[in-house]
Amino acid sequence: MTITSLGLVLLTIIGAATPLLFAALGELVTEKSGVLNLGVEGMMLAGAVVGFAVTVTTGSSFLGVLAAALAGAGMAFLFGVLTLTLAANQVATGLALTIFGIGLSALFGSGFVGVPVAPLPKLSIAGLSDLPFFGPLLFGQDALVYLSIVAVAAVAWFLKRSRPGMILRAVGESDLSAHSIGYNVIAVRYAAVLFGGAMAGLGGAFLSLSYTPMWAEEMTAGRGWISLALVVFASWRPWRVMLGAYLFGGVTILQLYAQGAGGLGVPAQVMSMLPYLATVLVLTIIAAGPWKGRLDAPACLGKPFRPST
Amino acid sequence: MNDSMNRRDFVLGTAAVAGALTLAGRRVLAAEPTKIGFVYVGPVGDYGWTHGHDVARKAVEAAYGDKVKTTFVENVAEGPDAERVIRQLATSGNKLIFTTSFGFMESTLRVAKQFPNVMFEHATGYKTAPNVSIYNARFYEGRAICGTIAGHMTKSGIVGYIGSFPIPEVVMGINSFTLAAQKIRPDIKVKVVWANSWYDPGKEGDAAKALIDQGADIMCQHTDSPAPLQTAEARGIHGFGQASDMKAFAPNAQLTAIMDEWSRYYVQRTKDVMDGTWKSQSVWQGLKEGMVGMAPYGVAVPADVRKAANATRDGIVAGTLHPFTGPIKNQAGEVKVADGQTMSDGDLSKMDWYVAGVEA
Repeated sequence: MTITSLGLVLLTIIGAATPLLFAALGELVTEKSGVLNLGVEGMMLAGAVVGFAVTVTTGSSFLGVLAAALAGAGMAFLFGVLTLTLAANQVATGLALTIFGIGLSALFGSGFVGVPVAPLPKLSIAGLSDLPFFGPLLFGQDALVYLSIVAVAAVAWFLKRSRPGMILRAVGESDLSAHSIGYNVIAVRYAAVLFGGAMAGLGGAFLSLSYTPMWAEEMTAGRGWISLALVVFASWRPWRVMLGAYLFGGVTILQLYAQGAGGLGVPAQVMSMLPYLATVLVLTIIAAGPWKGRLDAPACLGKPFRPST
Repeated sequence: MNDSMNRRDFVLGTAAVAGALTLAGRRVLAAEPTKIGFVYVGPVGDYGWTHGHDVARKAVEAAYGDKVKTTFVENVAEGPDAERVIRQLATSGNKLIFTTSFGFMESTLRVAKQFPNVMFEHATGYKTAPNVSIYNARFYEGRAICGTIAGHMTKSGIVGYIGSFPIPEVVMGINSFTLAAQKIRPDIKVKVVWANSWYDPGKEGDAAKALIDQGADIMCQHTDSPAPLQTAEARGIHGFGQASDMKAFAPNAQLTAIMDEWSRYYVQRTKDVMDGTWKSQSVWQGLKEGMVGMAPYGVAVPADVRKAANATRDGIVAGTLHPFTGPIKNQAGEVKVADGQTMSDGDLSKMDWYVAGVEA
């Protein structure tokens, strides 16, 4: 494999990983606050269709991306009202949100099937973007790719170093203690859920505006579910989410390249399983290794908060 | 999960409609529209396979207006779910039911046995019954035209082919394409990458990137989304659309597209049911009957290539050219079809080997 083709492979991997990274990072923050939102797929679809529709209608991809984040947050708000205000079961509500998102996005997007859109502009810096190998990789991406990486750093810093981040984690680890020392558990969780929705929306927008610039029903094709698995895979740590997203994207892409290069002597179906096998393997290693039990799931994950007073 | 939701809505909805109709039916006898049901495996907005069937459903409505009433259920999983949906359509008074995916075969047959007065049309299957017809299109004929064009247009001699699943329908298409391309360019290589999905735009696009990075300068697909063609457009190579004219996604890249043209057949079969002349049959129609159509040639196709492609099409329509005419060798170099022989429809529908030149 020449250096140029390696660059091309890496470019493709970045494309495959970015939507997963957005959605998983958002879900990580949501889960850190103690809320399990299984509606990622639905929120991604909402973001994908609204981002696409707004970009096509207004001609501005910036507005489109913004609207996608809002659409994801809007779906998440609905989830918040049901699970946080009304204390409905989070698992059931999350599943419903996914199903609802599939239907709603199909309805909303029915007029946009088969409509082309201009993809998100890619960064172009004279001199730098034309560099061999590093040019397109480092200086030739679109804004969402850079944003996804900045977001990882920001979330990592926020959760670990900032005061609001610590409050968020406290709420996720022990909602009653946080409540008893005066923090508004529900408000913190709303914020986390809305952030998760906005990020899933951005992941969806990346799909419909950059990765495959079009709208088609259910175009997320299960990426929301993979993102959910990535959060566990990363044991709720932002940088590991990034590692997981790129690893997962990498294995998916490499098996396609391997097939094109004549295969590795194993059936194509087995190669398609590889990313999932890798996930299961890593999860098993994490769960059974010497650091056993240190999966670090937030203690209050999935439990509705009902203050006794 | 979306299946179950659609199905639940549908069951509730049809229960209500059925109730209303039985009440209404006692009063109005004459002007009852003929009810026709459609079962789809994917979403109508897929811009591929299911979209094509839904276009034909609308054509039936357009042709007969108030005289027909169509109902469709989308996203029906192949398997036991399908049987419930088909039975529901039969009990709610549909006289003709189109089940548009291979995996609905057994379900269709079981329900058909219980409803001898309801006619069924099953796409791409191989089992008939007195009230079950089967129909399929000879897509491989369209693939031969694509192969002819690819043979002329490729510079690298490498074609990328994105497959869904290695079933006879797909294998046949790959072989037909390769054989036609080899007539122009004997050394052509067709690299196949399996997406293991009929529909995953992201993965299809990635497969296209992988193939282009490995030297392919023509992209062919047997998956349903326009993503591979879009990738071809972005990378400045050419390709073929699948199921619909995908020119909007790849104005420069699309050379032509194979189009599923079910409308004429659906309108005809609806008429047969309304006239009471419907009979069970098994049809496999192609370019000649208009069940397979080709999108207009793209801007990149030069005049001499258009001429060659037209010659392939005309030969197939006239019956003078069969895409599977020997000598045909498999990948191991064994002669599978002798010189001058053509493959029978039966052998084609079971095809499980690749011709020489295919890398799969």
